[in-house]
Amino acid sequence: MKRAEVCKFRLFIADHTQNSAQAVANLRRLCQVHLAGRHTIEIIDVLREPERALAAGVFMTPTLVRYVPGPDVRIVGTLNQTPTVLLALGLGDPAA
Amino acid sequence: MLTCAVSLPARLGDLPPAELSMKTRLQAPSGSSKAATGITGFDEVTGGGLPRGRTTLLLGGPGSGKTIFALQFLAYGAGNLAEPGIFVAFEETPARIVANCANFGWKLEELKERRLFFVDAQPLPDLIQAGTFDISGMLAALGVKARKMKAQRIVFDALDVVLALLPDAAAKRAELYRLHMWLVAQGLTGLITAKADDDQHNTFSTPGYGFLQYMVDCSIVLNHRLELGVSQRNLRVQKYRGSRFIEDESPFVIGKQGFDVAIARTLGRKDTEVSAERVSSGIERLDTMLGGGYYRGATVLITGYPGTAKTTLSGAFAEAACLRGERTMFVSFDSDGSEVVRNLTSVGIQLGRFIKDGRLRMISARTLTGSAESLMVHIKALAKEHGARCMVIDPVSTLSRAGNELTAHGVAERLMDWSKASGTTLVCTSLHDELSANAEGVTALHISTMADTWLHLNYLVQAGERNRGMSIIKSRGTAHSNQVRELVLSSEGVTIADTYTAGGEVLMGAMRWEKETAMRLANEDAEVADELKRVSLDAQEAVLQVRAKSLQTELVAKAVEKTLLARANANRGWAQKRGADRMRELRGADVAVKPRAARKK
Repeated sequence: MKRAEVCKFRLFIADHTQNSAQAVANLRRLCQVHLAGRHTIEIIDVLREPERALAAGVFMTPTLVRYVPGPDVRIVGTLNQTPTVLLALGLGDPAA
Repeated sequence: MLTCAVSLPARLGDLPPAELSMKTRLQAPSGSSKAATGITGFDEVTGGGLPRGRTTLLLGGPGSGKTIFALQFLAYGAGNLAEPGIFVAFEETPARIVANCANFGWKLEELKERRLFFVDAQPLPDLIQAGTFDISGMLAALGVKARKMKAQRIVFDALDVVLALLPDAAAKRAELYRLHMWLVAQGLTGLITAKADDDQHNTFSTPGYGFLQYMVDCSIVLNHRLELGVSQRNLRVQKYRGSRFIEDESPFVIGKQGFDVAIARTLGRKDTEVSAERVSSGIERLDTMLGGGYYRGATVLITGYPGTAKTTLSGAFAEAACLRGERTMFVSFDSDGSEVVRNLTSVGIQLGRFIKDGRLRMISARTLTGSAESLMVHIKALAKEHGARCMVIDPVSTLSRAGNELTAHGVAERLMDWSKASGTTLVCTSLHDELSANAEGVTALHISTMADTWLHLNYLVQAGERNRGMSIIKSRGTAHSNQVRELVLSSEGVTIADTYTAGGEVLMGAMRWEKETAMRLANEDAEVADELKRVSLDAQEAVLQVRAKSLQTELVAKAVEKTLLARANANRGWAQKRGADRMRELRGADVAVKPRAARKK
């Protein structure tokens, strides 16, 4: 992936549960480190917008969807296992 | 990765957030406290179905029928009770589940439009997992959907798939608790299925489920095992809060219409109506022996060694039933239907014509495989389809071959119970194994005690011959002959021979024939003697008659002679007188009296 490309994320969370709060924090930190200035994050609370979750087929929270660049990449969980997340998103060296 | 099979119109925010909170919507269970499943037998086991507004856990090994059970529960609610339902599929795509269950006749495609909603919640194999997660997203989405379609039933199929993704027991437990709370809050009748390896005692030691089993209000266990190499499925209700239920394992099969749970007659069930009507056994003289025939709706058992004409007797019954115009089913385990028809033709029983006009249905059960239980379900379904009033099962002892004998006994018992409940007159044959059964009173399945009429066929060896003997061992509620009779098969039909006894033995076969011949010869002799006597009497009579005639003629002749004599006398007197007168005239003399008197001397 080209470094210059912008990454667009949707993060489905469930209210302010511990898992969700962790995921939001983890995603923000990751983006600051690896994608500074070239990312957008949309946070969707499935309790408020359940129809969107159903439409997107999101059943576990939190779920991170990177829809740009395609194809979609989905990561389920609190995103705190950073090497796994980076590998999945194609960012950096997992060993780093 | 998760996908959704049916996407919703994305009308966001048409529900205020407060509505979405889990605990806001406590629905009072409506109507009866049980949600009927429409599964034959299961609603009887549980006294009405699954607990309404509560959660039921369905556990079972691979291929035990969890998904079918769950879908049938939903389809019945949606199709028959106007209770829409949601099916959350964790393991298979909804399209495949629908396709797999398409043959059950549940009209899933029709229901799918409005009453039945499928959610494809499969975690795809390339799912990336980083850290722990929960299922509140799914529950929130389902909550909205449930409200929109006024769903009353929900199924989570293969929940274990999701649980397996959770890192530890505590997380699993937390999610189960979340799910349980959500179900309670929604007031939905929930059914959760999960895989479990069953052991002999039907307890599940898989971590995580234990908690689930305690949490739910009802727990059902399905198992599928081999009994002596024959597949046997069983269902057991492990617990059911606030309700009584049948605690034993009940065998079940997955039949044409889905689940069919076998249960024996439950206590308190109404007795079926009995009939005093008699139906012919197909053999006139046997009807006489039974005091008019079998009772309508009775179970008749015909036992005997191979070749004692069990099939022939049942064929005669089938023919008689068809001749009365009754729909009849003939289940043959031993030979093909066409073979049976051909073989029976040789004894004058013509079944072919009734097969043609659809009155008779021959089932070759050799082609049916599986446990005794599934055989019975097949037979029951076929009988229902055909609308049979009379049924023959030849031989019923085959059931004990398929799987273990205890089960087979239960099956035979239920079969009789069913036939009585439906008013079907059932004729079963049962094979006596010459090697194993040495006592007359023992039948393979011990069904003889349940049968209403029991005919026993036997070979009687006498004077170097084997002949078929038939006796009525019992016939409830009818006067019946106590004699051992000889069954005679010929191309004209089946009949029972006249009885001759000699020295306390019933004469059969050639000895009967000898006796019959001797009697016939004696009869003939007597007839000849009579004839001779008659002829000789005729002759004597003729002689007498001739003699009488000649005497009569002689009599007439004598009379004529007498007349002639009298006339001659008279003539002579006259002539004499004329002569004397003439002489006197010639002599001119007077009448001389003296000389005439002297001459007369």
